[in-house]
Amino acid sequence: MSAPIQLRPDETFLLNVGPQHPATHGVLRVKMQMDGEYIVKAETVLGYVHRMHEKMGENRTYAQYLPNLSRLDYLGALGYTHGHVLAIERAAGIEVPERAEYIRAITVELNRVASHLFWFGAFVMDLGGFSPLMYAIQDREHILDMLEAVTGARLTYCYYRFGGLYNDVDDDFIEAAKRFIPRMRKSLKKYDALVSGNIIFQKRLEGIAPVSAEMCRKYGATGPVARGSGINFDVRKNEPYSVYPEFDFDVPVYHECDSLARYKVRMDEMEQSLRIIEQGLETLPDGPIMAEKKPKNIKLPVGDYYQAVETARGSFGIRIVSDGDKNAYRLKLRSPTYSNMHLFDEACEGMLIMDALAFMGSLDLVIPEIDR
Amino acid sequence: MILETTQQALQALFAGSVPADEAEAGTPRGNGVLTRDYKTHGYHLDAQVDAAQLLAAVTILDEGGFFIESITGVDWIKENQLEVIYDFSRYDFDACRVVIRTRIPRDKPEVPTISTIYAGANWHERETHDFFGIKFAGHPHLVPLLLPEDADFHPLLKDFKA
Amino acid sequence: MSLTLLNVIVAVVIAIAFAAVNAAYLVWAERRGAARIQRRPGPNINGPFGLLQPPLDGIKLMTKQLMIPGGADKILFMVAPVLAMAPAIMSFVTIPFSEGIAAHNMELGVLVIFAFASMGAMAILFAGWGSRNKYSVMASVRAVSQNVSYEIPMLITAITVVMTTGSMDLKEISMAQSGGFWHWNIFPSLQSPLMPISFIIFFICSLAETNRAPFDLGEAESELVAGFHTEYGSMGFGLFFMGEYANIVIGASLTTILFLGGWDCPFGMFPGVWWFLLKIYLLIATFIWIRWTFPRTTIYGLLNLSWKILIPISLFNLLLTAGLLKVF
Repeated sequence: MSAPIQLRPDETFLLNVGPQHPATHGVLRVKMQMDGEYIVKAETVLGYVHRMHEKMGENRTYAQYLPNLSRLDYLGALGYTHGHVLAIERAAGIEVPERAEYIRAITVELNRVASHLFWFGAFVMDLGGFSPLMYAIQDREHILDMLEAVTGARLTYCYYRFGGLYNDVDDDFIEAAKRFIPRMRKSLKKYDALVSGNIIFQKRLEGIAPVSAEMCRKYGATGPVARGSGINFDVRKNEPYSVYPEFDFDVPVYHECDSLARYKVRMDEMEQSLRIIEQGLETLPDGPIMAEKKPKNIKLPVGDYYQAVETARGSFGIRIVSDGDKNAYRLKLRSPTYSNMHLFDEACEGMLIMDALAFMGSLDLVIPEIDR
Repeated sequence: MILETTQQALQALFAGSVPADEAEAGTPRGNGVLTRDYKTHGYHLDAQVDAAQLLAAVTILDEGGFFIESITGVDWIKENQLEVIYDFSRYDFDACRVVIRTRIPRDKPEVPTISTIYAGANWHERETHDFFGIKFAGHPHLVPLLLPEDADFHPLLKDFKA
Repeated sequence: MSLTLLNVIVAVVIAIAFAAVNAAYLVWAERRGAARIQRRPGPNINGPFGLLQPPLDGIKLMTKQLMIPGGADKILFMVAPVLAMAPAIMSFVTIPFSEGIAAHNMELGVLVIFAFASMGAMAILFAGWGSRNKYSVMASVRAVSQNVSYEIPMLITAITVVMTTGSMDLKEISMAQSGGFWHWNIFPSLQSPLMPISFIIFFICSLAETNRAPFDLGEAESELVAGFHTEYGSMGFGLFFMGEYANIVIGASLTTILFLGGWDCPFGMFPGVWWFLLKIYLLIATFIWIRWTFPRTTIYGLLNLSWKILIPISLFNLLLTAGLLKVF
């Protein structure tokens, strides 16, 4: 536990963490005013991978914009494309066949497990333990192989279409997914024994970097960050979309508000995602995978539409302002890590640098998604 | 429940004035609170306020326990107006998404900052300033966030030419 | 030239060669070990089992340009890597590998090794300060405070052993434990019932002294980029690297001599150098195993461990042993 010390703002130096730094997992820069190992003040500098996806949304038709969504968060891309197709379907009033929604939910949850697995490895690596990353990547590899067989891509998927899917799943996928679930459960037990129970690991996270529920609200933090602060908020439950109401799953919430709580939330979420996949595979209905009545060129009625989905990192929102044309008049992407990262500046004041970087790891940052 | 109380509280801001009609986006509409169909629009309340009323409206939401989702702008070049859109939502199961919007003239784009109420508005306002050139009066650090630090252009304006 | 002097020179050269070969091949062993733990092949292209990897790495490092960052203190910057490697090799001179194999046996062997070991902290300080990089300075400050705090419990436990044997000569300490594993210092005796705990303390301290994970705060690549050797490339980096592994060998050798009976066979048969080597490589394998299993501690956790737990326990052990020596 770090002892509270009297900071001396007059005897400080400036430390540039990033844009190239092993802990930032991308090109993120944090200007830190340091007093020895303690952070006096931190200022995050963004924009190193800014690509102006929102302008691209105005220049392209809705269908042409589909691949862009998977370039935001390359670890959990399916959740973001899901949000986009749901927004268009909501605005255009397209009915999606049930089988398609089930397959969407299954693949999104698989992708969520893959994303959390990678986070798990990278987070433990931030704390100095290397081997879990390799184990996690090995498990993630199985998921990527399955998704590749179905979607044709390993990372930047473009699988969902307005009104359905690009491709139906085959028996191989279902078999592989069914085989995967018990294997993953075994792996989760192993991770628990290897990492969660480790005394050094617990000491490094317990009570470190408290983020209160009120702070989450003021910054708009969502996802595992909010759930680690005792907020029972999951868009899948709070504003049910797709076929999630059909599934029986819990939302893990921890009230400790520290880095360990955020860690536990994500570890439990993997188990919950496995439950969803299991139920989805069992009850997968037969039928078409594409809506029958669907306009060839989608034009949305004039208006303002919003769709929120729960991605691996939190609540992703997409706002489409339409003027009736075939491309959006304005398209806003509300990315969850953007708000989650915003906490960092305030929360890390007075923290030791190694605790602050562990805290940064517990936020599960994907920089292209912050910068868009 | 929350929906009605919030609606009433927001409605109180427009004491005397008649609630605006269900107006199509793209055409100017009067200030006032509208309920929207969640199924098609994805949010429940849509309030258009004057820039001067903004802080009062946001305070109502803050006291109501809402969290900030995002802030963004829209360039209505035909009406020579800029619109700033504030998205709010709640953490509990009484889902209520509130959209607050305010229209400002394009040649003098200035609204008060809400970063004094919601600390998280800081980056969203900086981003909106980057993209639209909207000035948030009273913002503590209004420098480019996503664009280069010396950027003097605003790419999401409709008359922006790369 | 007298024959004894020649003998000493030959022995010293052999000791240096042993240190260098060990340092080079432990890198290979570490990489293979890490790969095994992480379920991947590791270096296996160059030569059988990738055994040609270390010399090729050496050639690569040596042919690289030595960059000195602008504004760096040139003298400190150049001296530091040498200072990291030289004392580590010098320590080998006094280590007895078996009864007859020691470059130069000294009566104060324990003291010599500790004296050389504490110079390692200086190398880190010079490197961090000399390279004019904030990360390096922070890392070197960390590493020095770490080395200083862990030398104390390490020395105290060593003194406990010295007290029970009554000698500071490494050879005599080994000889005193000969005749089967029940004579080794690691096992409790009437005079020193807390020896197993001493061994654990000594082992933890040697991990910390060599800046190995989970105590590698001087490098801490996820926070401080690469710590004190952030600015080093080419053979400057290579020397730090080799110095680290040479230090590991010394740490393992010292642990073996002080606690595991040196070259003594556990069953009292065929004592010799092979037992010594077997023991140190087992210890080194444990070092590698620990590194790839545990996450890193924090700097305050590390210092608390030393000052609040290890030092009191080792002091208590010292007093207890001193008292029991008077009684029995």
